[in-house]
Amino acid sequence: MPMIQRKQVIPGDVVAKGNYRYGSYIEKRGEEYVALRVGLAEVGRDEIKLNPFTGPYLPRTDDEVIGKVIDINGFGWVIDINSCFDGFLPASFVFGRDFSPATHDLSSKFRVGDILGTRIESYERSRDPQLSIRGEGYGKISSGEIVKISPTKVPRVIGRRGTMINLISEKTGCDIRVGQNGVIVVDGSPDGIVKAIKAIRLVEEETHAPDLMSKVEAALGGGVVGGN
Amino acid sequence: MAGTKKLIDENGIRLDGRKWNELRPIKLQVGVMKNADGSAYIEWGKNKIMAAVYGPKEVHPKHQVLPDRALLRCRYHMAPFSVDERKNPAPSRREIEISKVIREALVSAVIVEDYPRTAIEVWVEVLQSDGGSRVAGITAASLALADAGINMRDLVVGCSCGLIGEQVVSDLDDTEDKEGNGDMPVAIMPNLGLVSLLQVDGVYTRENFQKAFELAIEKGKQIYQMQREALTTRFFGGEAQSTEVEEAAE
Repeated sequence: MPMIQRKQVIPGDVVAKGNYRYGSYIEKRGEEYVALRVGLAEVGRDEIKLNPFTGPYLPRTDDEVIGKVIDINGFGWVIDINSCFDGFLPASFVFGRDFSPATHDLSSKFRVGDILGTRIESYERSRDPQLSIRGEGYGKISSGEIVKISPTKVPRVIGRRGTMINLISEKTGCDIRVGQNGVIVVDGSPDGIVKAIKAIRLVEEETHAPDLMSKVEAALGGGVVGGN
Repeated sequence: MAGTKKLIDENGIRLDGRKWNELRPIKLQVGVMKNADGSAYIEWGKNKIMAAVYGPKEVHPKHQVLPDRALLRCRYHMAPFSVDERKNPAPSRREIEISKVIREALVSAVIVEDYPRTAIEVWVEVLQSDGGSRVAGITAASLALADAGINMRDLVVGCSCGLIGEQVVSDLDDTEDKEGNGDMPVAIMPNLGLVSLLQVDGVYTRENFQKAFELAIEKGKQIYQMQREALTTRFFGGEAQSTEVEEAAE
């Protein structure tokens, strides 16, 4: 029966000794694997993972992120993706290969202030992340309420295979879109939105409480909308 | 020296009742400011210091951007009301120097290579000052960095030691710093076993230097335990724990 050891760690703590595969936020020093963040480390049979409790959003290729257009230049849109880097959505990704700044009007498509659901096309250390809206469901988001949470808590809001987000969505009748950058758009009836945001905040506050699912379920309840 | 007699009496008791190797009371708190990405507060003797971390964020002005790593900026500042006589709020020569040494003490712990082209800002504000405010600032700032979720090799913890006459003492307060014969602030990374700040003033014999340096490290490790506790209280609600659970089926 495979067992994993869960360890609460702070920067500088030795997570394990030996020979393991290891992910982000862990550094190997000789035989020792050292944590670089405050978080929960999981030591499996041959693998160590560290789930950090706080931290900024750093872009990763293929992440779905929700951002806001903050500038338009001749070649595309600059998008705030809640990170230390601004995303760039090139106009040629939207208008196609034959894009030319002379014939196409960028602001006819997206304007400053628009909220976009995008995917990170590419990101490397030396350049700002490039975004794309190719694919189903990407593009302008025209209605809903924006909630920002810590990006490290996104996996808990989504839950294992989306169970948490589906639960909140079902109980409140809202459409919920979660960006990996910690930006969430909730759309639905006003009462539903209020309930959904409350539930998301609950997940954010009690991220590591045992049996969070049933806690959230109880909070959402079958109760009357508007009643606590 | 006439003054030294008063600082430590014939029983080896100092002005505030401490023995030569005792620390002043220390209180640490993490996550005290909502609008900072990370923050910490320290009370160390009469020191009251806030540390805040912002970032990583975009670098302005743009020409300061480092293509391969983060720019760590640090500001140590004393509030006008932090001392007996009002201090001019403009950064003094002393504060500029302390900002520099705090930056250098922290930069060896922060993995700046993980955040290229960004700036990480550390603000250390002294609300009430006593001796050893730079080491207290470093201790709080490293907690604020951990709170901000910035990759770090280790926490940084500082402690100062010094001389009263020919007696080595730990953790000088304001009077001892001014009237005593030497001051030695030391910052260490306890898990790595490295020193990231060492400043000395005063005249030391070889033996006294060795003794003061080793005492500072020993006391630093003691303060590291308090740092740990502050961080684990904030994030885990108590002591860090380790549990075994069955692997969930994927």
